[in-house]
Amino acid sequence: MSESLPVGAAGKLAPIRASVPNAAKVRWPCNWPWNWPWNWPWRWLAGAALIALAVVLPFALSNYHVFTLTQVMIYAIAVLGLNILTGYNGQISLGHGGFFAAGAYTAAILMHRYGVPYWATLPPAGLICFVLGVLFGLPALRFEGPYLALVTLAMAVAMPQLLKYFDTWTGGQQGIVLVKPLPPPGLGLDRDRWLYFFVLAVLLLAMRLAANLLNGRTGRALVAIRDHPIAAVAMGINTPRYKTLAFGASTLFTGVAGALAAIVVGFVAPESFSLFLSLSFLVGSAVGGIATIGGAIVGGFFIESVPNLANDVSDAAPWAIYGLAMLLFMYLMPRGLVGTLGPWFVHAMRKFRSARGAPK
Amino acid sequence: MHQLLQQIFSGLAAGAIYASLALALVMIYRATNLVNFAQGEMAMFSTYIAWTLVNAGLPFWGAFLITLAVSFLGGMAIERIVIRPVENAPILAAVVVTIGLLLIFNSLAGWIYSYTLQEFPSPFPDRPLFGALMTTRDIGVIAVTLVVLAVLFCFFRFTTTGLAMRAAAQNPESARLCGIHVGRMLAIGWGLAAAIGAVAGIMVAPALFLDPNMMSGVLLYAFTGALIGGITSPVGAVIGGLIVGVTENLVGTYLIASQLKFTVALILIILVLLFRPNGLFGTAIVRRV
Repeated sequence: MSESLPVGAAGKLAPIRASVPNAAKVRWPCNWPWNWPWNWPWRWLAGAALIALAVVLPFALSNYHVFTLTQVMIYAIAVLGLNILTGYNGQISLGHGGFFAAGAYTAAILMHRYGVPYWATLPPAGLICFVLGVLFGLPALRFEGPYLALVTLAMAVAMPQLLKYFDTWTGGQQGIVLVKPLPPPGLGLDRDRWLYFFVLAVLLLAMRLAANLLNGRTGRALVAIRDHPIAAVAMGINTPRYKTLAFGASTLFTGVAGALAAIVVGFVAPESFSLFLSLSFLVGSAVGGIATIGGAIVGGFFIESVPNLANDVSDAAPWAIYGLAMLLFMYLMPRGLVGTLGPWFVHAMRKFRSARGAPK
Repeated sequence: MHQLLQQIFSGLAAGAIYASLALALVMIYRATNLVNFAQGEMAMFSTYIAWTLVNAGLPFWGAFLITLAVSFLGGMAIERIVIRPVENAPILAAVVVTIGLLLIFNSLAGWIYSYTLQEFPSPFPDRPLFGALMTTRDIGVIAVTLVVLAVLFCFFRFTTTGLAMRAAAQNPESARLCGIHVGRMLAIGWGLAAAIGAVAGIMVAPALFLDPNMMSGVLLYAFTGALIGGITSPVGAVIGGLIVGVTENLVGTYLIASQLKFTVALILIILVLLFRPNGLFGTAIVRRV
């Protein structure tokens, strides 16, 4: 596989690489869709078309569907956060539901107790989760693979208990009921659609930030640490710093998603942040495409809509259908939808362009 | 003092159950390098099979043995049918597959047997011993765990299949070159794990009552035990499970309310792993670069 070759050797190995079948040359994980081999206007036009679709869509759908799409986008932000940690840095976390809860409760407490406007709760929620993530990431430096996965799993399970225990702040079992924010006057949007656009804006910003973080020096360092920690150290990468940074950045995204969930749903309670939520994030990340940015949206769709679809298929055992869907997905596309189709698409585009004789 | 000893003994009995399930996790981890999240639900499903058999009029130990056999075959079938396709896939795909299994078993059990609590008979009478220091039931549970451990030890130490399984776990390529059928060994590992999990389920069901979500808490403690002991070490899993059982009982009685039980488990894991990142008995993995 070409991606396992050291960077400097790429030139010398050109004749060998030329003999490798084309499909093997497609680098994985790729940052699809950011590395589409398109000329820039096409890339921007495609992006603009997608965004235009996202803007028009809520006016063609019922309130219920708009709400569902908002949930999808919130999950997508959380899955994107998990992708930074698990996909790009290789640290498996089963505890992101805990950080999601921390973000949600930060926003809820700020709004409920201190009357902070809803949009102003996102930065503090992100900041608190960043600090929590860095604090959790420091001991996590010593844990590897299954150890880290299970420590974070224990955290996800402990979180609802802690939320119930500190009930003077969190409202205990009953949780906190929030007033749903009003849309700004003069826009002519109702509440659900305004929240949809609010979340969409945060999602786009989050994706842009993640792309900036991951498509440069930092992203390469994270991937190097994932693929070969010892070689990464030998190349002078400050492994502890990058691993902790990945943890913090990842929990920041997830915390913001949690705050958005609190704002949109208008209610937080310990039982909403069960272990199952953490597992769902991981499932979404794997189904969408680990180590891809676009995959987060697919993951959001999966964890929001497939349980509902499963309910339609079978009333008796909906979760069995959901589980089967997960198994099938992993058999057919072990690298997730975007992780499997993305490289294929890139390959197809290259072939198409070289057939036209365009420069690569 | 009396109360302290009493708490320690009942902690050991609970710990013995965690230890069995932790042992099952370690079996699978050693064989396939995979943490099996469905282990608890597999054990729960086995317990339902035992429950059906007992209700059909079979004597307890007869039902117990049949359940172990069925679980063993079921475990092998799961490895062959469900796990094999993702053997070479990214690790996350395998993790997702075990989470999918967890959901499937939980949902199927709820569908077939409903979500209501069921009583499960205990094979041991519940009589106090040594001035109420412990009960015969506790002794029975601990004894069963020790027997399972002894049987496993003898199997791995003295049988050819056991030796082959150890070889397959340690170095699959070399084992294959020696003519060991590695795939079959992995399947046997899953079968054994399912059978050990069935023992844990059957032992815990009289205390917790039987329902599809019975094992979720037990599984977490089993994870904790396996981590503390070192996820590669069977002895470590048993000792870790016992430590977790005793700590949980003592902390719950003397220090803080039981509503923070899982938080205690979390703190315990982090404390132990901070000082021994591979657990108490685990071996550090040395990599050749």
